[in-house]
Amino acid sequence: MEGDIANMGQFIGAGIAGLGTGISAIGVGNVAANFLGGALRNPSAAASQTATLFIGIAFAEALGIFAFLVALLLMFAV
Amino acid sequence: MATEAIHGEETGLVFHPLDQFLVTPLFGDGGVSWFTITNATLWMALGVLLIWAIMAFATRHRSIVPGKMQSVAELIYGFIYKMVEDVAGHDGVKYFPYIMALFLFILAANSLALLPMSFAPTSHIAVTAVLALAVFITVTVIGFVKNGAAFLGLFWVSSAPLALRPILAVIELISYFVRPVSHSIRLAGNIMAGHAVMKVFAAFAAITLVSPLSILAITAIYGLEVLVAVVQAYVFTILTCVYLKDSLHPSH
Repeated sequence: MEGDIANMGQFIGAGIAGLGTGISAIGVGNVAANFLGGALRNPSAAASQTATLFIGIAFAEALGIFAFLVALLLMFAV
Repeated sequence: MATEAIHGEETGLVFHPLDQFLVTPLFGDGGVSWFTITNATLWMALGVLLIWAIMAFATRHRSIVPGKMQSVAELIYGFIYKMVEDVAGHDGVKYFPYIMALFLFILAANSLALLPMSFAPTSHIAVTAVLALAVFITVTVIGFVKNGAAFLGLFWVSSAPLALRPILAVIELISYFVRPVSHSIRLAGNIMAGHAVMKVFAAFAAITLVSPLSILAITAIYGLEVLVAVVQAYVFTILTCVYLKDSLHPSH
């Protein structure tokens, strides 16, 4: 496989951007873990908070998706 | 960058995982212009037809004691209605039809995209950006119509110390305008990533040594994708409700 140094930079950059998705996974895990921890302490209040859980997960996940998007842009659009 | 370099044999995969997202004309093979009927058009239309068919079929013989289909339809209706009422508040119920339409369209498009050989319209930022921009414009207009200039109180965090408020106003303003971006990219990114991962594992299935493993992986990921299709439709609509609540009650 042949390529120039710019191609190499793109692929390395995409790989580094891929780290962001993994780090956002930590964030999503944090949200879910804290929700579960709270829900086990007070199960009666848990059902009313699932909407908040999903909003929190969505916000944490969005940044990971941004990182994924940067990786895709580097791979295919630059 | 040349697309051929990452196409086909050179990557070692049998097919490129992102080929499934190509928008191609349905009839003939000319270019795609404004009113060309493409596979995206087809699958979005099928999604709308599916919603219409399910809802029309479910409410065909309406009765006090619901049948199977009718209870499914009532369940979806009640679920979204309760969500709007809980999150957006009582005055948000007026906008329930819009939110219900959003949810059903995204759910139908996501679910149909899981059929083999189908096309995922919601994996395209062009589609989700229109949905998100529609929400953004609607919510902003509602905010200004309902509250007038008081809507700008959304950016003026009155619970913060006075010295901090201008800085917070700038941050709030930026985060307000990033909303349609994150709203659309969240949906498109999730669907696109899931489908691309499935295709990558499908390409691995061509290698004899790892094919049983990759088929197992596809099965697992497919199950996850069914979940993602529903959850992303839910997340999109619940964020719409949150934005709606912000514009109906802008004070912090």
